[in-house]
Amino acid sequence: MTASLLAGAAAGIAAAVQAGTATAVALVAESFRRGREVNAGRDGLNAFVSSDEDLSRALAASAPCGGPLAGVPVAIKDNIATTHLTTSCGSKMLQGYVSPFEATAARKLREAGAVLIGKTTMDEFGMGSSTEHCAFGPAKNPIDPTRVPGGSSGGSAVAVAAGICPIALGSETGGSVRQPAAFCGIVGVKPTYGRVSRFGLVAFASSLDHVGVFGRTVDDAALALEVIAGPDTAHDATSAVRESPALRHVARDLEAMIIGLPREYFPASLSAEMRDRCDRAIAALRARGAEIRQVSLPNTALAIPAYYIIAPAECAANLARFDGVRYGLRVDSDGLVGMYEATRSGGFGAEVTRRILLGTYVLSAGYYDAYYRKAMQVRERIRQDFAAVFASGVHALFTPTTPTPAFRFGERSDPYAMYQSDIFTVTANLAELPAMSLPIGRVAGLPVGGQVIAPKFAEADMFRVAYALEAELGQAAHR
Amino acid sequence: MAVSRDDVRHVAALARIGVAEAQLDALVTELSGILAHMEVLVQVDTTAGAADEPAGMPLAADEPGSVPLARAREDGAPKMRDGFFLVPRLATHDDGERSA
Amino acid sequence: MSHGRYEMVVGLEVHVQLRTRTKVFCRCSTHFGDPPNQNTCPVCLALPGALPVLNGRAVEFAVRSGLALGCAIRERSVFARKNYFYPDLPKGYQISQFEMPLCAHGSVALASGRTIGITRIHMEEDAGKSVHDRFAGYTAIDLNRSGVPLIEIVSEPELSSSAEAGAYLRAVREILLYAGVSDCSMEEGSLRVDANVSARRHGEQALRTRTEIKNLNSFSNVERALEIEFARHCAVHDAGGAVAQQTMLYDADRNSVRPARSKEASHDYRYFPDPDLPPLVLSRAYIEDIRATLPEFPSARRARYRSDFAVSAVEADLLTAEPSLGDYFEVVARGSGDSKAAAHWVMGEVLAARHAAGVGTGILVPAEELAELIRMVKAGAVSNTAAKTIYATLVAEGGAARLIAERDGLLLVGDETSLRGWVDDVFKENPDEAARFIGGERRLQGVLIGLVMKKSQGSADPQKLSQLIGERVGR
Repeated sequence: MTASLLAGAAAGIAAAVQAGTATAVALVAESFRRGREVNAGRDGLNAFVSSDEDLSRALAASAPCGGPLAGVPVAIKDNIATTHLTTSCGSKMLQGYVSPFEATAARKLREAGAVLIGKTTMDEFGMGSSTEHCAFGPAKNPIDPTRVPGGSSGGSAVAVAAGICPIALGSETGGSVRQPAAFCGIVGVKPTYGRVSRFGLVAFASSLDHVGVFGRTVDDAALALEVIAGPDTAHDATSAVRESPALRHVARDLEAMIIGLPREYFPASLSAEMRDRCDRAIAALRARGAEIRQVSLPNTALAIPAYYIIAPAECAANLARFDGVRYGLRVDSDGLVGMYEATRSGGFGAEVTRRILLGTYVLSAGYYDAYYRKAMQVRERIRQDFAAVFASGVHALFTPTTPTPAFRFGERSDPYAMYQSDIFTVTANLAELPAMSLPIGRVAGLPVGGQVIAPKFAEADMFRVAYALEAELGQAAHR
Repeated sequence: MAVSRDDVRHVAALARIGVAEAQLDALVTELSGILAHMEVLVQVDTTAGAADEPAGMPLAADEPGSVPLARAREDGAPKMRDGFFLVPRLATHDDGERSA
Repeated sequence: MSHGRYEMVVGLEVHVQLRTRTKVFCRCSTHFGDPPNQNTCPVCLALPGALPVLNGRAVEFAVRSGLALGCAIRERSVFARKNYFYPDLPKGYQISQFEMPLCAHGSVALASGRTIGITRIHMEEDAGKSVHDRFAGYTAIDLNRSGVPLIEIVSEPELSSSAEAGAYLRAVREILLYAGVSDCSMEEGSLRVDANVSARRHGEQALRTRTEIKNLNSFSNVERALEIEFARHCAVHDAGGAVAQQTMLYDADRNSVRPARSKEASHDYRYFPDPDLPPLVLSRAYIEDIRATLPEFPSARRARYRSDFAVSAVEADLLTAEPSLGDYFEVVARGSGDSKAAAHWVMGEVLAARHAAGVGTGILVPAEELAELIRMVKAGAVSNTAAKTIYATLVAEGGAARLIAERDGLLLVGDETSLRGWVDDVFKENPDEAARFIGGERRLQGVLIGLVMKKSQGSADPQKLSQLIGERVGR
């Protein structure tokens, strides 16, 4: 009974716990049973960096049972601070680190009754698109464990896709929630920048970082986002002063909605199968009453270069605090500078090192104007591309989430090739727009996602499109 | 624009990350390769208009109330004594001198 | 001396701690002297996931400071990250302002009549403290100070002598004390100075290479260090060499200036706007509201005292040394109707009593009470000597001047019966002196008056007494 409850909607779990027909303790036990099933052995999916069943049972026993997520087991990406379990960011630098304070998003989940069942595997400090850069081993795609689950929030996507918990928190800087959601066949949402407090999210690139949510269904994701959204200006100066949006009772049709298809996101290089899945989704949107319109976002090709200047620059500064002085790894060496260098080379993996060096370079004397200042100006042009399209009457955009389904481990060894997998997702981070991915079918048996992008703070419209698409596709979304 | 071995040594020193000589060539290749893709930005004309001004800075009242710590600073500190964080004594130290 | 061929060019960077209750980007206390790292939180410890939120009062104090120093306040300013590694800089960057500082184009008028330009004033956060000799082989880090709000005041390189540099610093300190934004104490570290100096030939327009002097912990040390370093620059130029741009440290024990042993010749701070903080946007109304609450500043006050209260330039300087002293003086001057006496009392007894009690700028005796005391002296109700005794009692016990005078028998006694009685007693107790005085030795009058004053515990009316004693001559 508990097993079927756990396999169902998060709202259903909460209703049962509120009504007293299910308990948080029983649900946590079921979650751990399922986790053992999928994480064990050589083919284990390795969704978690840290988890502790005794702890979670104790948390379940004391969790409030009246909230909108009462008794719902949740997994949280290991770069979002919790006072229990680790906040390692997938890095040796913070191996075993236990945060003495709690992130706002984690606190809101807990206050809504959700129970933490583990901190999830991720690319180190959020830098990666596959979780291959996790210092504690990668997570594996539940549909095909020889393939990556996507990244950097791979572990959270796996936890939801494998049925361990219905909801998980992830983070996004360039697509790290939407891309793993697409690869694992679930729903992943990046809200408007500032919609969810970043307090407690370990910073990678401050102007691009977002806390995001995973759910098996659009409704699960909506419920989770409603809980964690809201102003937090006492702790995050970039937090938007907007109340949490009402997402779950939006209309289920798309009458009078205009949905744009940006031509730059449907390149000739897209495979025929991928194009076919997209076409089927577009037809579903039409069936619900939407008008489809061709649009253009001309500066799209500049997005990856701009992103890979801005993100490393901000990350170089954000990761300077990892110096072995107050917490985390310290490697003693010759004097203070020796300690810094040995600690940071010992603590950071290759991708993080690469990005810090790149970021330091583009900010350094003589290069700031050519690289960083230029990239910020290009970012503004990308913002204006979206603003112009939305101003012309388009309510939302639809695109594929990724160019391809999940690739195999080791397949993208060239850094720039890896960066290219973010090509459809980084623009929403650069423009601070809400965007989400939901399953639209399978290509060669692997899940692929469709992406909906809306104007700033228009999450309600975005979810309206997603709910309609999910309902219209039905089971076809998983074929 | 390619980076040189000296460039890599220089930024590694700025970033206080130890990079062995043996790693330099690989980093030079990787970083040069990535930066080559960024060259496309140089050609873009960016003299266009200004950004939308964001909502502005929220200000906090000057009242005590910092986020409390759930555990002692000593927990997880690599080296603390008498309440101080300890680091190896600065080799280039002079009273009043800072790296800035 | 070769210095005669060259003129000194000095620019000063003054860092001032703003006296807010909490830090600039978190709500930890700024209280000084607490146990190490007691006043820290995730933000000022730079724990993973922490974010800065700006203290509104720090902004107010920074704007106040800018207005007090004659600056234009930018309605839109931007915080930037200044990136470098140091163990007491927990984030590995300092949040400061770079291209868009809060204030620009200010000035300070010196007593000499010269005006010194202020290039800019910006807000930034303080770093923690590094203690190098407490644990052998280690540097100990205390982050209580990390995050305390600072403003950095950068002068134009318009100071032309060490004395002028000292005058500028004293003027800036005085203005900021009046503005109420800081304790401005070099001893306590709430005011710090870095000096930039170069030398050039008289009339030369271009600036030559400058050096920066740090580790200056008093205004006179600033003046001394500038003289020493200027002389060195002159010598280098005379020898045909070029001054190397470097950071120098002043050694107070040896009164010498030497190069800092730093590995990096110059620092690449890689400034960029801090993405965690939106631009600071202030309305005209906000700025003007603060301007309206600014006090009268020292130079204006000094001019007013000289014209309205007829005090001398020296007296005006002393009375305006800090704002509450001048406020006090004015109440006493108006209340007593005698600004000369008021000035005398404030510069004398009041300052001495404050100093003895160690209360800094605290008020020991209400101004109205001192005004009453002075009125009593003027009216002849008590002698000056008695008034000092009454003042001491007011400091120790509080109360009212008149009541104390009555209680302690200090009211001047002018009635002839009492006076004659005392004179008779003194003459009886000192027959030798009395006889000689009566016999014509007038110079003993002072001694005899003194004895009567003592016997009467200062309450004998000196004028009447003098008259009565004088009558005894020749009798």
